[in-house]
Amino acid sequence: MIEFKLPSLGADMDEGKLLEWKVRPGDTVKKGQVVAIVDTSKAAVDVESWSEGTVFELLIEPGETIPVGTVMATLLEAGERPETAQRTPRPAPAPKPAAPTVAPAATARPTPAVAGRRRISPAARKHAEELGVDIETIAGTGPEGAVTLADVEQAAAAAKVSPAKTAAAPDKAAEMRKAIAAAMSRSKREIPHYYLSEPVPMRRATEWLAKANEGRPITSRLLMAVLQLKAVALALRKFPEMNGFFRDGAFQPAASAHIGVAISLRQGGLIAPAIHDVGEKTLEQLMLDLTDLVKRARAGSLRSSEMSDPTITVTNLGEQGVAAVYGVIYPPQVALVGFGRIVEQPWAENGALTVVPVVTASLAADHRVSDGHRGALFLAALRDLLQQPENL
Amino acid sequence: MEEKELRAVVVATLKAIAPEVEEGDLRPDRPLRNQVDLDSMDWLNFLIGLHEKLKVDIPEADYAKLVTLGDVLDYLKAKLK
Amino acid sequence: MKMTYREAVRQAMHEALAADPRVFLMGEDVGKYGGTYACSKGFLEEFGPERIRDTPLSELGFVGAGIGAALGGLRPIVEVMTVNFSLLALDQIVNTAAALRHMSGGQFSVPLVLRMATGAGRQLAAQHSHSLENWYAHIPGIRVLAPATIGDARGMLGPALADPDPVVIFEHAQLYNLEGELPADWRCDIASAAVRREGTDVSLITYGGSLPKALAAAEQLAAEGIAAEVIDLRVLRPLDTATLAASLRKTHKAVVVDEGWKSGSLAAEVMACIVEQCFFDLDAPVARVCSEEVPIPYAKHMEEAALPQVPKIVAAAKQVIGK
Repeated sequence: MIEFKLPSLGADMDEGKLLEWKVRPGDTVKKGQVVAIVDTSKAAVDVESWSEGTVFELLIEPGETIPVGTVMATLLEAGERPETAQRTPRPAPAPKPAAPTVAPAATARPTPAVAGRRRISPAARKHAEELGVDIETIAGTGPEGAVTLADVEQAAAAAKVSPAKTAAAPDKAAEMRKAIAAAMSRSKREIPHYYLSEPVPMRRATEWLAKANEGRPITSRLLMAVLQLKAVALALRKFPEMNGFFRDGAFQPAASAHIGVAISLRQGGLIAPAIHDVGEKTLEQLMLDLTDLVKRARAGSLRSSEMSDPTITVTNLGEQGVAAVYGVIYPPQVALVGFGRIVEQPWAENGALTVVPVVTASLAADHRVSDGHRGALFLAALRDLLQQPENL
Repeated sequence: MEEKELRAVVVATLKAIAPEVEEGDLRPDRPLRNQVDLDSMDWLNFLIGLHEKLKVDIPEADYAKLVTLGDVLDYLKAKLK
Repeated sequence: MKMTYREAVRQAMHEALAADPRVFLMGEDVGKYGGTYACSKGFLEEFGPERIRDTPLSELGFVGAGIGAALGGLRPIVEVMTVNFSLLALDQIVNTAAALRHMSGGQFSVPLVLRMATGAGRQLAAQHSHSLENWYAHIPGIRVLAPATIGDARGMLGPALADPDPVVIFEHAQLYNLEGELPADWRCDIASAAVRREGTDVSLITYGGSLPKALAAAEQLAAEGIAAEVIDLRVLRPLDTATLAASLRKTHKAVVVDEGWKSGSLAAEVMACIVEQCFFDLDAPVARVCSEEVPIPYAKHMEEAALPQVPKIVAAAKQVIGK
């Protein structure tokens, strides 16, 4: 029996609302197949299965809001038969103040909670106070549904203190703001950022791009953004300490560069879904991927793998006309690369002054994982890669 | 194509990308990308939209000419003649 | 060096007898028979009947004689065969030994060491299976020790004899055959609790004969990904609550394992201390695994069912953790 659980689709997500099942009991599910659509505070996300099997039971009804990690469905493994498979009890809803759970009659167990008083461990209550988290909004997962220290820590990490889970129409923009606030606060609280920047001459890249686009119909023209993404991915090959996750006190480098592309949403807010394996893709493929990703991000139709696994983020605020951007790392990632506006500047080269289009590339990186020296070398490598656009 | 009709197509294409745009707020003599929050991907999609609706080809070399809404209308008018 | 708990007790007494002429051993069958648990084998031959004294079956009498000898300047080790029989000597221990310093305004002290076996598990039925350490731990004026390891069996007697006040040492009968390495640094204090295994998820707090069970439970829990810390109280009076609090601040959860009956137990005292000192560090109700509240049964399977066992400790730890 395989348990299909609600995955975390980013550091700022601790629950999701099932919108729709894409499978029914009896259906065969392949790896990577979309099985459900789940609404996070940011977007409706197509959630993929990471196992193969036959759908046995769907345990969650569309419309239910459930914490990350909840078993949503069970799949039968090859060889398992539905007649003999064990049925799973529906996950109990988070305990509500009005309905205390009753302790089984074991001698050593504490007595049932007094009606109207929730089970909250003293340590959890104290820690929630220290963190400024409203304990009443935290669902308990401890013994008999008690709110424990771990629950508080998880809630604080996500800091999704949603006071009105049952409110009829939650304010989407406000929820996203909260989610971003939580992730960014966590980032600034936990990650010792250091910042570096480097002006990158872009004459060769702009000329190469103009030439490349000259012969192309408008529908297959490239944007500078894909050159920048590819250059970042190639630079990461030599600097694995910028690419991966910092988890449980240790850095886990990623095998491939899945670059999160910061996309601002028209209704406000920001999302940074991944383009996978950027280093291995052609510029044409990256352009297709980027176009598709931006379109789906704005339409609110992203896939779970895109949300959960960016190994680094690239932001391109230069589009909005700023010279440089010094970003906040999206945990558990360890670096963020920013590009400013491409602007013509006086440039001294070989003893002569010329005018060159220049972009300021910046790096915000996690000092627990890398040092400024390596960060500087990374930016230099990025600069050099952008001088050879034909090799990207 | 009448100027009025052309303007309607251009604004509709723009609104497909930036739904928040109010036609009355658009000043024809001001840079379009300053009035509407368009990044290079939005801009490209805007031009692709025009290309598909009006069957005009817009080489990248001409992007520099297309700054204001007025510029865009004049450019398209000339192309459609 | 590998040895049994029994041998460690024997060596400790041998060292004391050899080092200090004021030390003597007195009790039922300690001489000719070599000790009910064979802890004084060969002593009569080596140290003579003056210092290795077999006594009549009168706990009240020979414990009282031991108190008198201590008052007179000697350093007696009085062996009461088991805690079950020590009830006959309670008046001497509680009313005399523990109180004399106070009653005499500090003029007299009673440097007496009382050793006794304790505990169940050998099918000796309801009258010979008591764990009454908590009765003694209730009394101000005496220090109560529970060596649970080879090292403590070897190391605790010395400082106990050096203590100017009465010290009661409980040796769990199930431990005498325990075999293990005598640590090189077996010398120890008689004041602190010991962390026998470090862990972060739950504290298993125990003493005496339950320590091996708690360690086995911790081993099983580790296989399930739960890191249990095992605390050996060692000293039952006065309790080293600082070590308990330090552990609780780390794990936030505790299971107290005590072979005594639950009501009014030492486990109850430990839990009360935890709640007094660590309330705001607690992440779950404190649990305890004690003996069932029945006279200890004779039948083997029933006796086993009545006592704390490894599966009960594992289950309690998981309940506290919420697994």
